[in-house]
Amino acid sequence: MSTPKPRVKLPKSAAKDEIITIKTLISHDMESGQRKDKDGNAIPRKILNTFTCEFNGQAVFSCNMEPAISANPYFEFNARVPESGTFKFSWVDDDGTVITHEQDIEVK
Amino acid sequence: VVATALPFGMPAFASEEDTQKHIMEFTGGKTPEAGKITLDAPEIAENGNTVPIGVTVDSPMTADSYVESVILLADGNPSPGVATFNFTPMSGTAAATTRMRLAKTQNVVAVAKMNDGSVFMDQKQIKVTIGGCGG
Amino acid sequence: GSWSRAAAQQALTEDDLLGMQGYGNVTLLHLTDLHAQLMPLYFREPSINLGVGEVAGLPPHLTGKDFLQRFGIEAGTPEAYALTSEDFVSLAKTYGRMGGVDRIARIVKRIRADRPDNTLFLDGGDTWQGSYTAQQTQGQDMVEVMNALGVDAMTAHWEFTYGTDRVTELVDSLPFPFLCGNVYDAEWDEPAFKAYEMFERGGAQVAVIGQAFPYTPIANPRYMIPNWSFGIREEDVQANIDKARAEGAELVVLLSHNGFDVDRKLASRVTGLDVILSGHTHDALPDVIQVGQTLIVASGSNGKFVSRLDLDVRDGAVHGYSYNLIPVFSDVIEPDADMTALVTQLREPFAADLARELGRTETLLYRRGNFNGTFDDLICQALLSQRDAEIALSPGFRWGTSVLPGQAITFEDVHNATAMTYPAAYRSSMSGQMLKDILEDVGDNLFNPDPYYQQGGDMVRVGGMGYSIDPTAAMGSRISDMTLLSTGEPIQADRDYIVSGWASVNEGTEGPPVWDVVENHLKENPVVSVEDTSSVKVKM
Ligand SMILES: [Mn+2]
Ligand SMILES: [Mn+2]
Repeated sequence: MSTPKPRVKLPKSAAKDEIITIKTLISHDMESGQRKDKDGNAIPRKILNTFTCEFNGQAVFSCNMEPAISANPYFEFNARVPESGTFKFSWVDDDGTVITHEQDIEVK
Repeated sequence: VVATALPFGMPAFASEEDTQKHIMEFTGGKTPEAGKITLDAPEIAENGNTVPIGVTVDSPMTADSYVESVILLADGNPSPGVATFNFTPMSGTAAATTRMRLAKTQNVVAVAKMNDGSVFMDQKQIKVTIGGCGG
Repeated sequence: GSWSRAAAQQALTEDDLLGMQGYGNVTLLHLTDLHAQLMPLYFREPSINLGVGEVAGLPPHLTGKDFLQRFGIEAGTPEAYALTSEDFVSLAKTYGRMGGVDRIARIVKRIRADRPDNTLFLDGGDTWQGSYTAQQTQGQDMVEVMNALGVDAMTAHWEFTYGTDRVTELVDSLPFPFLCGNVYDAEWDEPAFKAYEMFERGGAQVAVIGQAFPYTPIANPRYMIPNWSFGIREEDVQANIDKARAEGAELVVLLSHNGFDVDRKLASRVTGLDVILSGHTHDALPDVIQVGQTLIVASGSNGKFVSRLDLDVRDGAVHGYSYNLIPVFSDVIEPDADMTALVTQLREPFAADLARELGRTETLLYRRGNFNGTFDDLICQALLSQRDAEIALSPGFRWGTSVLPGQAITFEDVHNATAMTYPAAYRSSMSGQMLKDILEDVGDNLFNPDPYYQQGGDMVRVGGMGYSIDPTAAMGSRISDMTLLSTGEPIQADRDYIVSGWASVNEGTEGPPVWDVVENHLKENPVVSVEDTSSVKVKM
């Protein structure tokens, strides 16, 4: 599988302390560890197990994922924007890989 | 009207007792009350591989009073765990949506833990159907 | 009504049907579930239409004499013929065919001429599918007809079975809005279509919110529309009502393809909704059903009826209404010449095929009803013989026209019962357990006591197998006494059976189109005689 590509939707700007909606999607098979291949061997679990969103270094939202989360994990959540700055999103794979994505927002 | 493949390969399912055990671990032994939390999910899953599931918790989300986390459990999957959402006052509102796998018709349970330790629960049955046939 | 007395004197006129006095300042005209039927036709209403839970015995779950009694209709009248299955064959001979879009055009034009600034004409969906010509033109003939009728807005269900690309192409070509407030982009969960449109009629602001069939990707193939997600989405209905009100709507109308019981429940749970124009379950009711402040209109199917709801809307509120379910008696209502010409032109390339006689029936062929109808019994016989199967399954669709005893069965009749984009007649092996699971699953989609879990079709039809059903039982225990009719032996859970069926929602299903299977069967058995089956027993 190629490197998962995250996609994030959030506004470019907001009013001070406005509560915005953030949507994220990332391509990943989320292999549950509960399936067998055609020879009957168990396919090992390999999922993204953690998602986090920070704003200017402060925790906003995070999620611990189990194998019941669908392939290509999707999240929709909110954030209060106190000032201009940077949202940092990260996804942690079972194999230790961390995928990150950053996006700026301007407070007008 | 031909049955579709299930999203999980093996027909071993969690039980309601399993789910109860997970709830108690999450709440530290407290029995959750009804109210404050709303689970938003379709009545019937369009696709058992990807079922939208959302929660909204009634909370001011201030430093003094906020939702710490919400656990999502399902009693008919191979194991009950689905996800844990962790919120902070920076979340603005305690609401989040994700998408989950459902092996069969089952109850999905959401339990919210507030920063004062109180716990609230909501649940909904989501039907997984063979499909076909209509008006 | 008055036209029923006129008819008894053999003097039913167009004025009896259309000469009603206008009331108030807004006239809503509703046509739904036309299923691409351009021509006058016979369509027998159900003799079994069970309601479960809170709606048991409530309209529309009344048939035959109970229906006549509930609505004060005398047996033998045109109303009785149009609305029930009582004496259907003999009344069909008396009162003739119903529907035909040239008659519908006449109705719409006459009302618009009378109420030019007051009338909104709304199409409830299931319009583009259900005939050979719609199938051949991928819905184009219906789009042209509905454009000529001057539709103001529509919502949809079977339209989606033409697939994402074709639906998008047709929707983009429409001169009126295609409203589906409950259809979302499946990837980013954002609205895929416009939810509502504001109209000004009779000096009032009217909001029309569209509600597509919530279970389209479940009842029909999801792979044809992979990027659209549906659902009842009650909160979105409420949000759209509130938004429209905030924008100044004085009358809020839900143009719905939910099905009647879903609409009745929805009406009890949202606020600020004045009217639901209900479709999908093909119910025709001569009165509106009121739930709280919401009026629910059920306008039937196949072009048999046009609903007219006149409303007095003043100062942001409804002050009164007058309702007429207009029966489209094709021998009484004068066809609109322009529409007759358009229909003739659209059918012309297919006319020779449509008229081709494939056989003749000695008994009434119909589909509509909760359990096996005789047209589906014919399809099941064709599947059993042509696909060499032990058991046949045929979907419980509510569309499909009727053929009277003594009539020829034409190519058009067969396609009216089968025209769809996933017609493969599969032949596969299924265990007895799987057959039970299918019957239980479909049974729950029809008889779940919570309407939000209902999908609005009828029970899957079976050939070669009998069973008993208790609609009031719980999921998993409704079905019993499953029997293989050829041997009289009980169906065994762990035995495999050769099953043939059609309309599978699974991608890659293989087999000849079901209409070819029926045509070949009729070639070998050109004289059809199908009595009502006794293979399904209802125990309650
Ligand atoms: Mn329909
Ligand atoms: Mn429909």
